[in-house]
Amino acid sequence: MALTPVLTAHWDEADSFTLAGYRRHGGYDMVEKVLSAPPDDLITVVKDSGLRGRGGAGFPTGLKWSFVPQGDGKAHYIVINADESEPGACKDIPLMLANPHALVEGCVLAAHAIRASHAFIYIRGEVVHAVRRVRAAVAEAYAAGFVGQNILGTGIGVEIVVHAGAGAYICGEETALLDSLEGRRGQPRLKPPFPAVAGLYACPTVVNNVETIANIPTIARNGAAWLRTMGTEKSPGFKLFSVSGHVERPGVYEAALGTTMRELLEYAGGVRSGHELKFWIPGGSSVPMLMPEHLDIPMTYEDMQGAGTMLGTATAMVFDETTSVVKAISRWMHFYKHESCGKCTPCREGTFWLEQMLERFERGHADLDDIAKVDEICRQMFGRNFCALGDAAATPYAPALKHFRDEFVAGTHTAADDLFDPVAATIFAAAAVGSGGAS
Amino acid sequence: MALTEQTRAEALSLVERYPEPRSALLPMLHLVQSQEGAVTSAGIAMCADMLGLSAAEVAGVVTFYTMYKRHKVGRYHVGVCTNTLCAVLGGDAIWSALSARLGVGHDEVSADGAVSLERIECQAACSHAPVMTANWELLDDMDVARALEVVERLQAGDEVVSTRGPRIGTFQEIERSLAGFDDGLAGQGPAADSRMTAGLTYAREHQMSAPPAPERSPFDAAAPDTADDADQHETTGA
Repeated sequence: MALTPVLTAHWDEADSFTLAGYRRHGGYDMVEKVLSAPPDDLITVVKDSGLRGRGGAGFPTGLKWSFVPQGDGKAHYIVINADESEPGACKDIPLMLANPHALVEGCVLAAHAIRASHAFIYIRGEVVHAVRRVRAAVAEAYAAGFVGQNILGTGIGVEIVVHAGAGAYICGEETALLDSLEGRRGQPRLKPPFPAVAGLYACPTVVNNVETIANIPTIARNGAAWLRTMGTEKSPGFKLFSVSGHVERPGVYEAALGTTMRELLEYAGGVRSGHELKFWIPGGSSVPMLMPEHLDIPMTYEDMQGAGTMLGTATAMVFDETTSVVKAISRWMHFYKHESCGKCTPCREGTFWLEQMLERFERGHADLDDIAKVDEICRQMFGRNFCALGDAAATPYAPALKHFRDEFVAGTHTAADDLFDPVAATIFAAAAVGSGGAS
Repeated sequence: MALTEQTRAEALSLVERYPEPRSALLPMLHLVQSQEGAVTSAGIAMCADMLGLSAAEVAGVVTFYTMYKRHKVGRYHVGVCTNTLCAVLGGDAIWSALSARLGVGHDEVSADGAVSLERIECQAACSHAPVMTANWELLDDMDVARALEVVERLQAGDEVVSTRGPRIGTFQEIERSLAGFDDGLAGQGPAADSRMTAGLTYAREHQMSAPPAPERSPFDAAAPDTADDADQHETTGA
């Protein structure tokens, strides 16, 4: 496998985020062609391409679109989930900063496919510059006639509203996002009914991730067979991977699905000089950690599942031997407790206790039987909530315990900061040490 | 500033952007913060009145979202990511240094009212860790010395420029942008920085690329003369 810059192909051009920069490379060329064809044509192409949702779950996009009932007389909506907040995920925000027009063009094409006249782009509020870039792109596209009423004389109209959230990880869950977009507390809904049947304002709605929709213009242009020349049968195409943490060149790496973490690490310059890989997480804090022996497993939806984890957002976090696993898990538990919306008791209460118990381990104050107790709480939480946040909170502990049981045992008598000097783990410490000692 | 007739008119313009009025509530609350520096009781009352909701219903929404502040934050609201990856890479050290320098803890404002601090969760900038924000503009690849310098400059009223955005405006200015009123700053900052183009750079250096695009698109087969309702066609094939 190899790097395959498509969405990122022109990010080194100073105006990549403008209409002029996007048009220079064929941007918006597909609008007239796709809107002049029957809507189902695009659904067919996307289905044939095998594109799977890039938000983490990997649901087939064309199939999702085909669930929207037709001829029902109701308004249809397409909603873009741009609430990227999963710890480790840093791909949608860069995409919106550098290439917002791919998202806007994708919105217009996707809206046509599902017969929606309205698209909403729900962007997390904490990254105001991404909101600005997307809003400016939408305004440029309106002015150029690619968005609005009677687009390029096709008789088809699509309105796009850019909407800023207000700080809530849970709004990345699609039904919570819809409640939030309706002006309510962002709490997940019971499913079914799924959004394709009863979504925004109880109307048929498709909720897609930013990267998924940004794929659409290219797939429309190059076709399903082209996309399938990359990736695998079950995971076709290219993906915005990112590599973060204790590596030499953290960043965004767009590569074919099926690329291995060993390859991604090579592109990223390897683990920082003078250190070795301790553990890594393939796709956000909500998926189980992997070890150095897993570096050669293809990064696909199916292979990651086979390894007992998930591809998730494909945004890898890399930690070296200076990292305390107990501290890492403890901090994630704080996160899930902070972000639990409180609707479902197992998640609300479970995250409350998990945070406190992991903190005991981190301080070296845990009892030996707390090791099993935390595991039991996780088991009680898993699968018992409206949405996946409770499952996500219950996920990291078991694999951490499996691989690093000694550190949890140590948490019964020694603080994590005493076992692992926090200064050694910082990147500025590395700069000081690395410049003197390495290579 | 306070809530004026102008504020109501602008709030009404937000309502008109949506098929259902209540969808404007989150933007309206950002607008209230841009005027009042926080979500005040008067702001809640205005939103409730305009949307036909009770004050309790609006307050219930306000308390759910961390970006809505019920008390005034600093002119510059500074966030330090202390989620796992940033914390390990240096976020905890940055937090401790800033907290000590300003003499404030989480969700507190410095004595001069210039800077407030918040421990923030993942900012979707992990490849730029450790990450900070000032009024929700990104400050990437921070270390303790730079973090202290940023805060000193903000306190002194000196210019601080986001690493991937514009010169950092005041909390109330940024809230106005979040409410949905353009500030003309979208062109500021780089299209992408070296972290965002790390893969592209490596691909160029090693002659890697995506497979070449085919000559024809599946949509080139579609007849260009179907200007009106194309629904009558079943499929055009490819």
